Amino acid sequence: MKRKISLILSTIVILAGVLTAVPSFAEEATPSCGTEPVTLNAYFETGFDIPFKLAEEFTAQYPNVTWDIKQDQFTNLINSTPRLLSGDNPPDLIRLPTMVSFAKQGLLKNLDDYAAAFGWDEWPVPQLNQNRVAEDGTRGSGALYAMGLNYSLTGIFYNKELAAQIGMTEPPKTLAEFEDLLAKAKEAGLLPIMQWGSAKSGMGLAFPLQALMASVGPVEPINDWIFQKPSATIDTPENLIAAQHLEQWIKNGYFPPDINAIEYTDANARFTQGEGVFIFNGDWQNPAYDADMPGNIGFFLMPPAEAGGSPAAMSAPLTFGIAANAKNADCAAFFFNWVATNETARQINVDIGGSNPGGPSGLEMPTVAEGSVTNETLAAGVVVGEAGTSMDFIANATSAIFAQGWTPELQKMVGGRQDAAGLLRAVQAEYERQLAE
Amino acid sequence: MFFRRVSLSRGISRETLIGWLFVLPALLMYAVFVLVPLLMSIQYSFFRWDGIGPMTWVGLNNYATVLEVPDLLGTIFNAFRLVVFFSFIPVSLGLVVASVIHRVATGRLGEIARTVLFLPQVIPLVAAGIIWGWLLAYPGLINQVLRAIGLGAITRAWLGDFDWALPAVGFIGIWVLLGFCTVLLWTGMTRLDSALYESARIDGAGWLAEFVNITVPLLRHEIGVCLTVTVIAALAAFDIVYVSTAGGPGNSTAVPGIQIYILAFTQQRIGLASALAVMLMVMVLVVILPLQRLSRETHYEN
Repeated sequence: MKRKISLILSTIVILAGVLTAVPSFAEEATPSCGTEPVTLNAYFETGFDIPFKLAEEFTAQYPNVTWDIKQDQFTNLINSTPRLLSGDNPPDLIRLPTMVSFAKQGLLKNLDDYAAAFGWDEWPVPQLNQNRVAEDGTRGSGALYAMGLNYSLTGIFYNKELAAQIGMTEPPKTLAEFEDLLAKAKEAGLLPIMQWGSAKSGMGLAFPLQALMASVGPVEPINDWIFQKPSATIDTPENLIAAQHLEQWIKNGYFPPDINAIEYTDANARFTQGEGVFIFNGDWQNPAYDADMPGNIGFFLMPPAEAGGSPAAMSAPLTFGIAANAKNADCAAFFFNWVATNETARQINVDIGGSNPGGPSGLEMPTVAEGSVTNETLAAGVVVGEAGTSMDFIANATSAIFAQGWTPELQKMVGGRQDAAGLLRAVQAEYERQLAE
Repeated sequence: MFFRRVSLSRGISRETLIGWLFVLPALLMYAVFVLVPLLMSIQYSFFRWDGIGPMTWVGLNNYATVLEVPDLLGTIFNAFRLVVFFSFIPVSLGLVVASVIHRVATGRLGEIARTVLFLPQVIPLVAAGIIWGWLLAYPGLINQVLRAIGLGAITRAWLGDFDWALPAVGFIGIWVLLGFCTVLLWTGMTRLDSALYESARIDGAGWLAEFVNITVPLLRHEIGVCLTVTVIAALAAFDIVYVSTAGGPGNSTAVPGIQIYILAFTQQRIGLASALAVMLMVMVLVVILPLQRLSRETHYEN
């Protein structure tokens, strides 16, 4: 199956330059926004422009559709989503921080019929998988409850000038090569890795930790854990090696000494001002990096531990759902389809979102400005797609595993109060405690 | 006779009615926003509930489960450590500052001082939290000043340091609550009979003697109010902690208020969160009631 997925994904890219396929849908049955005035009731995440721009363009193309957009911070959305979905005016479109519990509670619209009508089922499989919830509450298969507006990718960004200073001429091919670069940066008096780590932002060391896990071990057990498969554990021998690497990085002073107090935005501001050779982050940050350090920002995937192995990456849809009782569900579903297939929408996604717009295989990938780091992340996405090594984020395993597990335990590791083995044990215990409810 | 009695009772009932009408808006607000939620919390604490679906009666199970929350004792201990910063320091410092303002700066200067000290009560705490975050950051102003005066060795990320995060949060609490205590205590001082001070001064009492022998004993009621309000602010702390550290690093500033918030809203375990909230309320009452009695006794003495 994995091979098939990668075959399909690779064909997207190969065909992209050759074919400009026009999606053809059955004329009669496809849901749409009709011609009558429609007001879509939407909840978006503050600070991320992409859904706002897409909404604007959608209205330009379909003038009968207007928007009533409310916005809130991601962390607030996590807490208010259940009440919004079950409230009197359920949203037609809402940014979903997590989805399993809402799907189980019957608050989200099952999108299987739309998937059939629009032909989403035929899209490359990994796109929709993360948004499927089985009846037992495990993710990865089952009914479709959400769609991605785009598909983000994480990896390692680097400051090209500083990387040249430490003699990095090409991205490292193995974990050992990468660690060699980190040591060189430290020797040169540079900060090897800028990362955020405050409890308010959520501990950013979860990024390098997961990258290390996928570098030294297979991705399937990590995904199983995130999808809450029975008896899944994060406390594996491979993950212990990964956590030990991270602990060593901390001890070697590869991260800023004040990481436990650094917010996400501050880490990026300091990185773009030249503090740190590397930063673990996602392609949603591309437009800001391009703007703040034009031509000086590069990207590579976390290299595998063994030479010749496949690099892996966290890759997650920018997930939106439709409330079970939404008034304009058809129109919202039509919007999902439009985002993935409309040429202008796809262009907006790449330009403003910095991420892969997804959609059916065979659609041409929008062109990216010369020199933009988006070129590198899109190319890296192809590599991950071919290898079938994409993962969801370990912070999304349960709704509170980030706040109650990873963040405090990793902060303790920074403070020298937790070791690699203890970290995995503590997070696994918290995971089981949360699932027991 | 009969006629008169009726009109009299009518008059009384009308007066009572008008009285109740005046109280009604406040009473309604109190009932809707304090009493009802309080009773609902107690009710929820006996159920397993995700906030949306059906509620399942679980008796006292939530109270047992909540005790298994890791670090629960640690969060309660943190709350008591905050009492030092939110309560003891603002009240004692407030006494000194109010007394200085009362004695020295009676004119425009005192007004300005009181206003400046009271400002933190007016500034939205979320904005203040962000600014304090910048000030206390590793590259922040406070560390810059420390480096400039040759104290570079003690600079650190104050809100990200395991030993210093709680005192740093406490410091923000002092900033917020000092003005409140100062103004309340100053108002109390203006009420005191100035003849007492005059006779003390004739007897040759200095500022300290006045402060210890007149001001503090006569202000026991106000001090009781200050202590009550600030101890509650410390034990039931949420906002200051949430906007400055969100409980980090590694739970070193986590307090029960943060736990309740995460249980209720992140984990959707309303019953468990309510049980912890009820326990927190009981804990606050146990600490506060003796304080209340203390200040009430002084009241009767007066």
